[in-house]
Amino acid sequence: MNEEEIKNTIFHLLMNIAPDTEPGQLQPNDNIRQTLAIDSFDYLQFIVAMDKAFGMETPEEDYGKIETLDSLMNYIGEHQHSHG
Amino acid sequence: MKEFRMPSLGADMEAGFLREWKVKPGDYVQRGDIIAEVETQKGIIDIEVFDEGIIGELVIKEDDKVPVGTLMTYIHTSEKEVEKEPELVREESKMTAVQVKEPVKQMREPVTAPVHRIRASPLAKRIAAEKGIDISKVRGSGPEGAVIREDIEKAVQEKVTQPHKEIPPPIAEEIAPPSVSVQSYTENIRMAVAAAMSRSNREIPHYYLQTKVDMTAALTWLTEANRQRSSKDRLLPAVLLLKAVAKALTDVPDLNGWWENGLQRKKDIHIGFVVSLRTGGVIVPAIHHVDEKSPDELMKMLSDIIPRARALKLRSSELADSTITVTSLGEGAVETVYGVIYPPQVALVGFGGITEEPWAENGMVGVRPVMTVTLAADHRATDGNIGNQFLTALKQHLKQPEQL
Repeated sequence: MNEEEIKNTIFHLLMNIAPDTEPGQLQPNDNIRQTLAIDSFDYLQFIVAMDKAFGMETPEEDYGKIETLDSLMNYIGEHQHSHG
Repeated sequence: MKEFRMPSLGADMEAGFLREWKVKPGDYVQRGDIIAEVETQKGIIDIEVFDEGIIGELVIKEDDKVPVGTLMTYIHTSEKEVEKEPELVREESKMTAVQVKEPVKQMREPVTAPVHRIRASPLAKRIAAEKGIDISKVRGSGPEGAVIREDIEKAVQEKVTQPHKEIPPPIAEEIAPPSVSVQSYTENIRMAVAAAMSRSNREIPHYYLQTKVDMTAALTWLTEANRQRSSKDRLLPAVLLLKAVAKALTDVPDLNGWWENGLQRKKDIHIGFVVSLRTGGVIVPAIHHVDEKSPDELMKMLSDIIPRARALKLRSSELADSTITVTSLGEGAVETVYGVIYPPQVALVGFGGITEEPWAENGMVGVRPVMTVTLAADHRATDGNIGNQFLTALKQHLKQPEQL
């Protein structure tokens, strides 16, 4: 996936987890969970969905590396499993 | 044959609207089957049955308003079961069986026309008549809720000690006209929380205790456990907290129960887990039999129940039978939560966020992840000593996560 596709997929997944928020309003350096008020349970659901969508396996110790939209996109860019 | 009545889905509930029957007369149902959908302040709730048998007449029409306790339908259990209860009044059972066969036509006001059938032993009936006790108001403790002699004697005693005292009606806001908009559910939930919490503060003399727990062992165990799991199987700290509460309740059972004319201890441990809604308000679904579940099973239950709670799509038992409440504030900056007990429960356990703090132990000072645990308890039901025992046990269990 290219950067635009990754971003759209993230927004889509966030909307699924927190339907009443507007991920499109996120600034690159906003803390995603704080800005969208996502609790630990919803966050875990998001990680599960993200791992599935990008064909990766994010270990718990990496949660600190994916707190903002920017860092999350970088992380996915590095770890996603390219399917072709 | 058993009567199926509209269950109470929380202290704040007065009535619901029957939206859809999921069964028709003649259908076979088992314990846990969904027989109807009822719209309440807390969304559309699946109504479960707790008996096995054949559905009888559907007494309530779809879209009727159904006050708590209203007869909704009958469940015909097997004939053998009836045979086993010689102490029950036979003519009465026969009479109701006949009544059921007649279709209930156009019951416009189910509220004012409930079918009264009281299971009671002949002896209980005679004593009740002699002592002037209204047997329909006595809670039966015999087979299938039949009123027996002991129940009447208890009622007689209560009548003597509390002359003229009527049981106050449950406090509840009138449910708003049915609507499906999210906005109105948000307002309804606000009103439901308002009603339950007002009643709690009015009726329950709370006492509060708190302690701090070094969470090093629990978090280390959790990190290790999650390292071996893929993201979809990972555990959240809430699972350990729930498990530790259940274990502590096994040690100190007085906090697991309801206040209903005295402390009624509950054998099962069903923990009401507070789920905040992003649009405001809280929903408190019951996590059933927490003491019997492994951390992995509990995590699966949470993964099922939290999204359904947020979507306002719960089952009746999940809103009706919590025996204690747990609230966990998660990662915010707040360390301590002093809860308001959800009646008729007698305790609420509150977990604050985990923060690093200086921690003295064995003459040494170090930095540890520390969590404040509070207990709000009903002083009518227990005293500080019991609360102290409970928090001490809870703390011990959280220090031994591998045992949870």
